[in-house]
Amino acid sequence: MITLSDIRLTYPSADGPALDGLSLSVDQGEFVSVVGASGCGKSSLLNVVAGLDRPERGSVEVEGDIALIFQDPALYPWLTATDNVALALHDKPMRRRERRAEASELLRLVGLSEAGDKRPHELSGGMRQRVAIARALARGANVLLMDEPFSALDAITRDALHGELSTLWKERGLTVLFVTHNVREAVTLGQRVVLMGGRPGRIERVWNVDAGYPRDSASDAVHHLEREITESLRLLMDGVSA
Amino acid sequence: MASVHRVRKSLAVLWPFVAGTAAVVLIWQIIVWMKLKPTSEIPSPGMVLDALRGLWNDGVMLGAMWNSLHRGVFGFFLSIIIATPLGLLVALVKPVRAFVRPILSALQQLPSVSWVPISIVLFGTSSTTVYAIILLGAVPSIANSLVSGIDLVPPSHIRAARMLGLRGVRSVRRVILPAAMPGYLTGLEQGWAFAWRSLMAAELIATTGDLGSGLGNILTEGRNSQNMSLMLAGVALVLACGLLVEKAGFAPLRKRILSTRGLAVA
Repeated sequence: MITLSDIRLTYPSADGPALDGLSLSVDQGEFVSVVGASGCGKSSLLNVVAGLDRPERGSVEVEGDIALIFQDPALYPWLTATDNVALALHDKPMRRRERRAEASELLRLVGLSEAGDKRPHELSGGMRQRVAIARALARGANVLLMDEPFSALDAITRDALHGELSTLWKERGLTVLFVTHNVREAVTLGQRVVLMGGRPGRIERVWNVDAGYPRDSASDAVHHLEREITESLRLLMDGVSA
Repeated sequence: MASVHRVRKSLAVLWPFVAGTAAVVLIWQIIVWMKLKPTSEIPSPGMVLDALRGLWNDGVMLGAMWNSLHRGVFGFFLSIIIATPLGLLVALVKPVRAFVRPILSALQQLPSVSWVPISIVLFGTSSTTVYAIILLGAVPSIANSLVSGIDLVPPSHIRAARMLGLRGVRSVRRVILPAAMPGYLTGLEQGWAFAWRSLMAAELIATTGDLGSGLGNILTEGRNSQNMSLMLAGVALVLACGLLVEKAGFAPLRKRILSTRGLAVA
């Protein structure tokens, strides 16, 4: 569960606050997407939730264990997929063999049972991102903060990962705050879609997505809402540049 | 089939080397045939080969190579043992970096041979002198490269380590050192080059005392007896030892480290 109330955050070198008057709450087990133009403070929002940036005003409450997942999966190139995940279990009182077994199990969960012995450079971008998710789960994370995790991937891989992330979220009861600039992705994944405006970053509007899971990103319901949100986003951006 | 393939592959790697060497020897022989200088000044390849055969028959060759290589490699490992924790401290502890990094950089540009006279006065012509010179040459170079290697570790690696709850010694051992490995390897190669050069210089200057004879002594003996063939034979042996360490030691290590990271075509 995440509760942000009336957050203001200013970076030391910036001329104005990055976030101001921002309030948002995400329920336990909820999937919330955040969309907005580049530089509107989406990443700052995640940093505040993760405790990496301290807001000067407002309060942050998080229940659960957080993991951040970025566009760059930041795997260690000298370790195999299994060892990358097993490293996340370093502080568990387990033998090396048990860690590797648990890592293999988590890789199976993200659909990588065959790729355990491969090193990151032998994996595709989508597979690397799955390893990163498995590694987050190995840390015992139940709150995933995802910052454009799939934006470097091709459309087909991204669709596949959307399906798998939705499944994983439901099965494991994860709480997910998912930041993206891709409106269709936000609508395909989220139970709610939050539109952020920039300078300073704040929440403009929130939509509930009624369609059930698994969702088809090409379906009418997704497409309709996507158009509506894109239109709002465009108005917001025109307002900023005018 | 596989072994035929492998032989063909190693031939493909070897033949430019063989052809290059043959070309050098041929040009050398042509110069000798032109009789620009007497053979006491420019001996023929055959005479140098004879000198090498003589060293072999006298049982000097392997002993001298062993003595030098053994000293060089031992000094090199000693340098690694000292330079690695030193490099880590300089890279990771700010006050240590501020004080020690400039000293390391200064020492690195100072030819360690310039310590030989001081070393001989302090330690005599003993193995202590030889190792002191090797350490002064190799340690700054290895430590400095490790520092640069650590400075170049991508911030995403460090951030990921923090997120995985890796701290202190564990984060150094599991993330920072492996991530700095390519830079560290370059430092090791450079360190070996310094160690080997320093050793040769030390062996040329410190020739008496309780030191067993090495390759430098063959060169000195050639100079004392005005035997150019013997000196060139000594140079060939120094070259051979250097190639041996590169091909048997560093090349496989480099290939393994780079190919596991997808940085080199296997």
